[in-house]
Amino acid sequence: MKGRISFKMIIVLALGYAFLFGPILILIIYSFNASKLVTVWGGFSLKWYVELLKDKGILDAFWNSLRIAFCTAWFATALGTVAGYVMARFGRFRGHTTFASTITAPLVMPEVITGLASLLLFVSMERIIGWPQGRGMLTIWIAHVTFATAFVAIIVSSRLRDMDLSIEEAALDLGAPPLKVFFVITLPIIAPALVSGWLLAFTLSLDDLVITSFVAGPGSTTLPMKVFSAARLGISPKINAIGTLIVLIASFFIVSFSIISFKMEKKRKLEAEQAFENN
Amino acid sequence: MIGKLKKYLPTGRTLVIAIPLVWMLLFFLLPFAIVLKISFSEMMTAIPPFSTLWKYADEMLNVKLNMGNYLFLLTDNLYISAYINSVKMASLSTFFCLLIGYPMAYCIANASPTVRNILLLGVVLPSWTSFLIRIYAWIGILKNNGLFNNFLMGMGVIDQPLIILNTNIAVYIGIVYAYLPFMILPLYTNLVKHDHTLLEAAYDLGARPWKSFLAITIPLSFPGIVAGSMLIFIPAVGEFVIPELLGGSETLMIGRVLWQEFFNNRDWPVASAVAIVMLLLLAIPVAVFHHYQSKEAL
Repeated sequence: MKGRISFKMIIVLALGYAFLFGPILILIIYSFNASKLVTVWGGFSLKWYVELLKDKGILDAFWNSLRIAFCTAWFATALGTVAGYVMARFGRFRGHTTFASTITAPLVMPEVITGLASLLLFVSMERIIGWPQGRGMLTIWIAHVTFATAFVAIIVSSRLRDMDLSIEEAALDLGAPPLKVFFVITLPIIAPALVSGWLLAFTLSLDDLVITSFVAGPGSTTLPMKVFSAARLGISPKINAIGTLIVLIASFFIVSFSIISFKMEKKRKLEAEQAFENN
Repeated sequence: MIGKLKKYLPTGRTLVIAIPLVWMLLFFLLPFAIVLKISFSEMMTAIPPFSTLWKYADEMLNVKLNMGNYLFLLTDNLYISAYINSVKMASLSTFFCLLIGYPMAYCIANASPTVRNILLLGVVLPSWTSFLIRIYAWIGILKNNGLFNNFLMGMGVIDQPLIILNTNIAVYIGIVYAYLPFMILPLYTNLVKHDHTLLEAAYDLGARPWKSFLAITIPLSFPGIVAGSMLIFIPAVGEFVIPELLGGSETLMIGRVLWQEFFNNRDWPVASAVAIVMLLLLAIPVAVFHHYQSKEAL
C-alpha cells in the first residue's frame, strides 16, 4: 500500500499520538513538581527522586523485579525460540495446530484466570510432590516464563516465516547437519527477533501485577505490587517519580534496539545485493 | 535389536517439539484442570482452604462433587450482572478502539517506509512501557481537582468539576487507552499488504474514493479487524487493574469479583467457578481468534 499523507491524515495521526503520549508526558512533568499536591505546579524539584532512593521497601521490590525479569527473559527467549522454530519450520506434523494454540494461548487469556490457575497448580504440586516449597521468587519466575514464552514464540515464528528458506536448504543440500544449520545460518539471521523477544519478555515480567500477586509469597514483593498498593490510596509524587524512571529505562531499551536492528537490516540487505552483483 | 529399539526412542525432531510443549502443558493447561477440580469442592477453613473431591477407604471410592458454587453463581444477581457488565464494557471499548485505531493504522500504512517505521515505534513504545503506570497517570488527569477539570474550568467551559474518576467513563477511557496499540498493530500489518491496483481499478471504473474504501479496503482488512478486536475484547472482559484504579464501587466487572472472592473472602472454590464460567464465556471469541490467527500464518 503506497500513497501520500494528506492534511487530514496528519490531523488524525497528531490527535492519535497526542492521546497515546499525553498522559505519559504529564506524568513525567509532574514527577519534577516541588509541591506535594500532584496536580498543582509548585516549581522544579528533584526531591521525590531523592525520597525514592531513601525508601528501602521500594528499592528491595525493584531489586526483586529486576532479578525475576532478567531470569525470565533468558529462559523465555530460549524456550520461545524453540517453540517459534517448530511453529514456522516443522510443517504440518500431527497436532501442529494444537501445538500452536497451546503455545500462544497465554496471549489471549485474562490475567486473573492465569494467575488463579498457576497458584492452584503450585498449591496442588506442593501437596502431592512437595515442590515448590511455598510461594516466592521461584513460582513467580515459572509463571512469568510461561506467558512470556508465548510472546517470544510469536515474534520468532513470524520472523522465520519472512525469512528466505533457500539459504537453509542450500546448507542442508551441501551436507550440513540440521543442528549446525540452525546455529550457523538460522540463528544469526533471526538474531534481531531474539533481541526483541528478550526485551519484550523482560519488560512484560518487570511490569506484571495480576499474575505475580497470585503466585507471590512473603518476601517476594515486586515493584508493580508496591506501586499498585500505593496507587490504590491515591496519587503521590513518589509514584510519578518511579513511573518516570520505568518509562525512561524502557524507552531507552526499545529505541536503541530499534535503531540497531534497523541498521543491521540495512547492512544485511546491502551485503546481499553486493554478493548478488559480484556473482 | 538396536534398530527395533530405535523405533521407540524419540527422534531429535520429537524432542524439539516436546520441550516447549511439555512446559506449556505442565504450567498452563494442567492448571486449568486443577481450577475445574477445585470449582467442584467446598470451601473449608484449612490450608489449602478447600475440601478434597475423592476419598478411598474400605474398598470404596467416594467422589464428592459439589455443584453449590455454580448454583450460587447462577442464583446470585451480583455475578450475573458482573458477567453481563464486563461483556458490555469490553465490547464498547473494543468498538471505540476500532473507531480510533482504524484511521491511525490506515494513515501509518500509507506513509513512506521510513516515516512508517518511526510511526510504528510510536505505537509500540507506549505499549511496552508499564501498563500500571500508564493507568495510574490517568488518575491525576481525571480527578475532580485534576488536570482535565482544571483546564476546562480555566477556559471557562464549566463551573463545577466533572466527576469522571471512579465512574464507568473513566474505565472506558482507561481500557481504550491501554489497549489501543493492540488494535493498531494487527490492522497495520493487514493494511500494509493491500494491493493498490484494486483501488486504482475501482477509481478507473468511476467509483468515488469513499465508496471504494467501503467496498474494497474494509472487506479486505476484515482479518485484521477480527484479530485486533479479539486481542482487546478477551483480556478486557477479565480486566482487573483498570476498574480497580479508575472505576468506582458501582463498576462491576468479573475480573474484580474473582479477585475479591480470592483475596478478600478467601473462597477459592467460588473464585475457581467464576474463572471456569468466564472461560466458557470466552471460548467462542478465543476460537475465532485462533481460527483467523492460523489463517493469517499460512
